[in-house]
Amino acid sequence: MSNLNQAMVEKYRNSFLQEVQANVEEGDWVKMCMQCGVCAGSCPMGPYWEHPPQEIFMMIRAGKREEVLSSDSMWMCTSCYNCIARCPRGLPITHIMHGLAHYADRLGLAPKEQPTRKFANKFWDNLTKKGRVNELKLGLALYFMNGFFEGIKVALANQKLGLNMLKAKRMSIAEMFGGHGVKDSNGLHAILKKAREIELAKADEFKG
Amino acid sequence: MADEIKIGAYICQGCGIGDRVDTAQMAQVAQRDAKASIAREHEFLCNAEGVKMIQDDIDNEGVNRVAIVACSRRAKTEAFNFQNVAITRGNIREGVIWVRPDTDEARETTQDMADDYTRMAVAECKYIGVPDNSEEAQYNRTIMVVGGGISGMTAATEAAKAGYPVHLIEKTGALGGAAAKSWKRIPQKSPYRDLEDTGVAELISEIEASDKITVHLNSTLTKTSGAPGRFSADITTESGSTTTENFGAIIQASGYSEYDANQLPELGYGKSPNVVTQAELDAMALEANGGPIKTKDGKDINSVAFVQCAGQRSEKEGHLSYCSGHCCMSSVKQAMYFKDQNPAVDTNVIYTDLRMPGAGGEDFYRGGQEKGVTFTKGSVSEVVTSGSELEVKFKDLILNEDTSEKVDLVVLATGQVANSGLNIDEVGQDEPGEWQSNPESILNLSYRQGKDMPQLTKGFNDSHFICFPYETRRTGIYACGPVRRPMDMQQAIEDAAGATMKAIQAVENAGKGRAAHPRAGDLSYPIFRREGCTQCKRCTVECPFGAIDEDEQRFPQFNEARCRRCGTCMGACPVRVISFENYSVDSVGQQLKIVDIPDEFEEKPRILALACENDAYPALDMAAMNKVEYSAFVRIIPIRCLGSTNLIWITDALNSGYDGVVLMGCQKGENYQCHFVRGSEIAHVRMSKVDDTLQSLSLEPERVSVHEVAITDIERAPQIINEMAETIENIGMSPFKF
Repeated sequence: MSNLNQAMVEKYRNSFLQEVQANVEEGDWVKMCMQCGVCAGSCPMGPYWEHPPQEIFMMIRAGKREEVLSSDSMWMCTSCYNCIARCPRGLPITHIMHGLAHYADRLGLAPKEQPTRKFANKFWDNLTKKGRVNELKLGLALYFMNGFFEGIKVALANQKLGLNMLKAKRMSIAEMFGGHGVKDSNGLHAILKKAREIELAKADEFKG
Repeated sequence: MADEIKIGAYICQGCGIGDRVDTAQMAQVAQRDAKASIAREHEFLCNAEGVKMIQDDIDNEGVNRVAIVACSRRAKTEAFNFQNVAITRGNIREGVIWVRPDTDEARETTQDMADDYTRMAVAECKYIGVPDNSEEAQYNRTIMVVGGGISGMTAATEAAKAGYPVHLIEKTGALGGAAAKSWKRIPQKSPYRDLEDTGVAELISEIEASDKITVHLNSTLTKTSGAPGRFSADITTESGSTTTENFGAIIQASGYSEYDANQLPELGYGKSPNVVTQAELDAMALEANGGPIKTKDGKDINSVAFVQCAGQRSEKEGHLSYCSGHCCMSSVKQAMYFKDQNPAVDTNVIYTDLRMPGAGGEDFYRGGQEKGVTFTKGSVSEVVTSGSELEVKFKDLILNEDTSEKVDLVVLATGQVANSGLNIDEVGQDEPGEWQSNPESILNLSYRQGKDMPQLTKGFNDSHFICFPYETRRTGIYACGPVRRPMDMQQAIEDAAGATMKAIQAVENAGKGRAAHPRAGDLSYPIFRREGCTQCKRCTVECPFGAIDEDEQRFPQFNEARCRRCGTCMGACPVRVISFENYSVDSVGQQLKIVDIPDEFEEKPRILALACENDAYPALDMAAMNKVEYSAFVRIIPIRCLGSTNLIWITDALNSGYDGVVLMGCQKGENYQCHFVRGSEIAHVRMSKVDDTLQSLSLEPERVSVHEVAITDIERAPQIINEMAETIENIGMSPFKF
């Protein structure tokens, strides 16, 4: 159990709903769900989820902390926004799903081999380094996500595409070394640090 | 009634009637066959000129019966509104030309139809008159309100504001009823988020300040007799002193009692003091007076579970089968008692179906969620009371698993049981002259049919929740609030205003001798030929409104103001001594007798259709508007209610050579649509015995059929007629054609 997870368990004891309200992006909306199931019916990924959104909301109210946070359901969200468009109560369901996924990841409870989670982390790390996505590095990182030999195989399969992109100047080998970024990457890091501080302070301030 | 009958028949040629049928022949038929003194044709009878022609005949020729042979009696009633003469209508437009094809082959039968309807209109004219004023009519503006709860108090203030004096009768020592025992009420104003004061105190001070309202506390009714406009009530106080007051109308707002939670031991009631009903929690909140609500032994409450549908919406024996309508909202309200005081208290509403009715219901639900009330869809199986905490065991219906929750307090949402007094269908009735008051009765009516109002269903006093709210089956007595159907305070307040308007209407109608709903404004009333009566009591028993009592000699006493003019008594009477000035056994019987019955070899059968004027007849009119064709052999007579069908009509029809009889009434039974509640049902029972008549005439039973027809049965009503025509084709013509 990560330290943060331990701390949160201590802090909220029985009320997982309050924990979600305090720590999850848009988590305050969870209590407003009226269990109509329109989100579940609207989700194009519906059949592949273990728990559809309305069920996740119910599990939160029922205090099923482990089950919710270690579930891969919210990682299945493709951000199509069908549920948000249709929710009669106006819950920002897509955002709550991302919020829950993010929180589960922060606590170290998210399923380790979940591909969406892996990609999201690689993307974030890549982006926050210089403030610009380094597509070459991100692409290679994804190739080798599932091991060295697998990476070589994928790279060879895409050989022709890569060469064409180089020819058309859509990709540059130079990106391998440093790569481009925002003018003031230190400033960017400061912004991100501050944002995280605000987020945590908000969670601390939250009262039921 | 005028001394000499002089009938004028007026035949319209408008709306295409003149093109389709020979009106000159109809005029001739009216005079020659039906003996009208005057018969005139007009090309546009309902215009000013046509109406003037009729009025001139009334003024100058002494015409006192007017037969208008034109369109349906439901059309042009304002144009054909002549004073002090009896009016009948022959339905040529909707009844003949619109339901028959315009072809050469059909011309002859269409003309036969038109001739017959002309004869019938004139014949009916001969047997009806202009109703006199009822001598029993009295005008008394005072309204009695029974019950001093929120419904009764609202009814009293509403009536007083409209200028009608009120006597308010309350059984206990204080006004307020169940509402006064509540801490707050469900919000009635936007944004429906915060609880409101009950408003009881304001209502009480308004009543105390009003010079029109007299309050009788600690009082019950020991006898209520009379009729609208002349009710008399004995108001007896707890100490035994009785005053008698007279009223024009009565509003019964006797409210509800909470369902007995002792019947729910599985939910822990009676086993732990911390399992309470909603009413008990409101009493605790009232005691806490805005501070934290404590358990009965004075402990803090940190978690509460609200168990919805406790002992209701359940088919188990001893449970209420219905939804009481307010409990979901009340549970949210009570959860807010805790949340508003201390948001840290856990409040969980366990429901199977959350029902938040009314304009603000959904917003109030959201309000509860915003305040942190949680809602769990689940069905509670048991409340375990053995430990220090209560354990609510339930099946979570979303997560589909059995689970439980430990709480400090369990609140059971038990339902409302109507305070409707005696169930008159089960309690024996006093014989005339032996009437005694019953302490369990609310109204103690001296009516022959029983001391309280008939119950519609599940013990509630009403006549029809949707079509005729507030109307009970006792004219001039209106039910409002939870005695009518389960409801919350807001609905009770609206209900009270509705019932008050009904009561005022009843007072005013009774003063003028006019009928109440649904024949509102009808001045006729039952007339009874005493010397012919055999005291069989059928009229007394069958009257759907309990209008008829018995006098000391056991003759029926009609109580004209209580009568709704359905004619069920007239249909019931085996010796045919009951009639109305404008509707009688003869006014229908003579119509069916004057129809021309062609002999057996002409292959023109005749079908008599008796159609209820409320549903079946309008359905047939609408079928005509849609040009739905039906058999030319039918002759339709509208009747007030199928309940007014006297068997003699059927016998007469079959004896005079009709080949079939079709009766069309409204839906009967539990989901009845009969405007007179029981008329259609009674008629069905009566007609089930018609087989004897058929047998004695050696006729096939298929020749008489009884149907339930709704106003929307535009295709079906004509079809029923056509089916009878087919049946006759199959079984052959009646042998009784002379």
